[in-house]
Amino acid sequence: MPNALFARLEQKHRTIAYPDQEPTLPDRFRGLPVIDASKCGEGCRDCAAACPTDAIAIDRERVRLDLGRCLFCDDCRSACPEGAITYSQDYRLSVRTREDLMMEGETLKLAAALDEKSRRLFGRSLKLRQVSAGGCNACEADLNVLGTIVFDLGRFGIQFVASPRHADGLVVTGAITENMRSALLTAYEAVPAPKIVIAVGACAISGGPYAGNPEIHDGIGSLLPVDLYIPGCPPHPMTILDGLLRLLGRLENREKTI
Amino acid sequence: MNGYENFVPMRLGRAIDRDSLKDASIDDFREAIVDSVEAGYRVAALFAAPAAGEAGVDLYAVLADASRSLLHVGKTRIEDGAYPSMTPEIPCVHLFEREIAEQYAIRPDGHPWFKPVRFHASYAPGRDAWGRDPDEKPIAGDIDFFRVEGDEIHEVAVGPIHAGVIEPGHFRFQCHGENVFHLEISLGYQHRGIERSLIGGPTKRTIHAIEAAAGDTTIGHATAYCQAVEALGGSRVPGRAEVLRGIALELERLANHVGDLGALAGDVGFLPTASFCGRLRGDFLNLTALLCGSRFGRGLVRPGGVAFDFDQERIASFKQRLASAFTDVTTAVELLWNSSSVQARFEETGVLTKENCLALGIVGPAARASGVDIDARVDFPSGVFRFTQIPISTAKTGDVFARAFVRWLEIQRSMKFIQEQLNALPEGSIRTAAAPPRPNRLALAIVEAWRGMICHVALTDQEGKFARYKMIDPSFYNWIGLAIAMREGAISDFPLCNKSFNLSYCGHDL
Repeated sequence: MPNALFARLEQKHRTIAYPDQEPTLPDRFRGLPVIDASKCGEGCRDCAAACPTDAIAIDRERVRLDLGRCLFCDDCRSACPEGAITYSQDYRLSVRTREDLMMEGETLKLAAALDEKSRRLFGRSLKLRQVSAGGCNACEADLNVLGTIVFDLGRFGIQFVASPRHADGLVVTGAITENMRSALLTAYEAVPAPKIVIAVGACAISGGPYAGNPEIHDGIGSLLPVDLYIPGCPPHPMTILDGLLRLLGRLENREKTI
Repeated sequence: MNGYENFVPMRLGRAIDRDSLKDASIDDFREAIVDSVEAGYRVAALFAAPAAGEAGVDLYAVLADASRSLLHVGKTRIEDGAYPSMTPEIPCVHLFEREIAEQYAIRPDGHPWFKPVRFHASYAPGRDAWGRDPDEKPIAGDIDFFRVEGDEIHEVAVGPIHAGVIEPGHFRFQCHGENVFHLEISLGYQHRGIERSLIGGPTKRTIHAIEAAAGDTTIGHATAYCQAVEALGGSRVPGRAEVLRGIALELERLANHVGDLGALAGDVGFLPTASFCGRLRGDFLNLTALLCGSRFGRGLVRPGGVAFDFDQERIASFKQRLASAFTDVTTAVELLWNSSSVQARFEETGVLTKENCLALGIVGPAARASGVDIDARVDFPSGVFRFTQIPISTAKTGDVFARAFVRWLEIQRSMKFIQEQLNALPEGSIRTAAAPPRPNRLALAIVEAWRGMICHVALTDQEGKFARYKMIDPSFYNWIGLAIAMREGAISDFPLCNKSFNLSYCGHDL
């Protein structure tokens, strides 16, 4: 017992000050991609050709990036001869609709909060059931990490629960394998209405690096109505936390300071 | 050994011409494998591939002779869709034979536990090893589970969806009260069709599909893939890149081992270590991100080398953060060994004997915890491990305690390795242009990832494209170990035993 107390002292207080302070991210962190189309060479399609998931489409001079397919890898950036592609440190990536993930130069339309009634229900207590349906355990790991003392998800009233019957919604990861489709749908049915669905990671949104394989459904698609899309491969824990808080309207009055 | 003359000896890093592999007769092929396992070799891989340009399917075996760091590859042609199973003689091939049946509809006659592995349609159109309708997709979990009969027997079914934030799989227990007579594990829910999709590659997507095959083993699988492709193309990797790959591999081990010790503490209700290690696992992931921007090492290991380098400033910050994390890990983990309530739960729980480990071909910390002296970093060294040795960490008791303690020994040795390597980082470039794979070659890669041995086998066709790419995650060898360790245990100990193995569902299901 004294050992445990001594260890507790040594381990210090480790919960980050977010959202009062911005998180510290590594300098090589690949956040929101920035494409400066004005630098593009005429007829150059090198980035689109290099993209492993065909997330980049070039139509005449316009470059369109589908963040839902993006693996946030380095292939486009290193293929670009003009240095037109960079990754910003911006970890805020969550949106409310699939279309909002289609970026064309302009800034991302970040997720708006749920409607007033849903916020009254979920705003201060949101219980989520996680279902991995072909996830590689990276998205799952970075969801799990939100429960550690670093992020302390519980302080926002958000918690992962064991039974879908105790949950207000599902957090879905993975490309939705055919072998998990029916279990996923059963879990969704078991969640009492009103309920929300959150798609985490490129696989759940688009099939990610496995898009097109007949063994999967290329993400949730129209299988379930999705309320929040959190892109990334996997998304950083801060990206996920930001998305959850944004959905609950917990960041609204802070936008000016952040 | 009989039938052995058609096997070709190989070392890692060098591809062989596929034409140098002569077909053994099925009898010779079987005999060579069975004899070599009885002589102490391991079956690193046993898989099927379509015969080049002809009817029939080839079976390939990779036998690993750790005592001489030598691998032996052999093949045989199966023309009539069946062969006599080897599992009754050498149980370690049980899952390989089921996988071959599921993928290429080749039936191992006499297999004692003949059930599907991942529940997908076979790669051979119109054929199915179980005589099911080949046009209908098999339903996951649709098998006859082994049942114990009796008035006082009850059956517990768990999954595919489990209670935590964890991947899906199905567990079926046959119990008498708390006592588990038998546990059957049926997986396949995570099957994304990875191996099938790799045929015809490499494409721009291949490395990404490999990196996310088992996301917590990104570095392990990416390293194995790159070594296979480099061997196929005859490329050399700069020394600095080899060291950086080694550091990343050990960081991956540190993050996962520390996380596992925390989770084991959590499963016995010992919250201090659970809480500390949960945070510390992230510290190691963040060190990987310091190097390459991704906590899981996505984008770091690439054919020809690595994509990110250390500068002096980064090394200084890395060293300081690593040392500080290690100090905290030490206090957190020592609490475990000093708490009798924890030890009472860890000791004698989920025992896997050395004999069973050897018979079933268990790898990694799970095998070492039962006193099996194997570690691919020593037995089949590649990359930086050819020049530096990490001692093999073993324990004797084969219980949860041993699996936890081996992790702690490995944490200390990985720490020391990284610190030494950072002090002696070779100068020079980090990447060379990798040559494309040469046609008609076979290459092997073996990497000791944090869960144990990864084995990749790449076969190219006449155009230098993958005719077959076989990848084996350590979990594929080890799931049976968990099932056997549960026998005569208490069902309430299952979460603890499960965590002590911490196997990958997606790595198994691919």
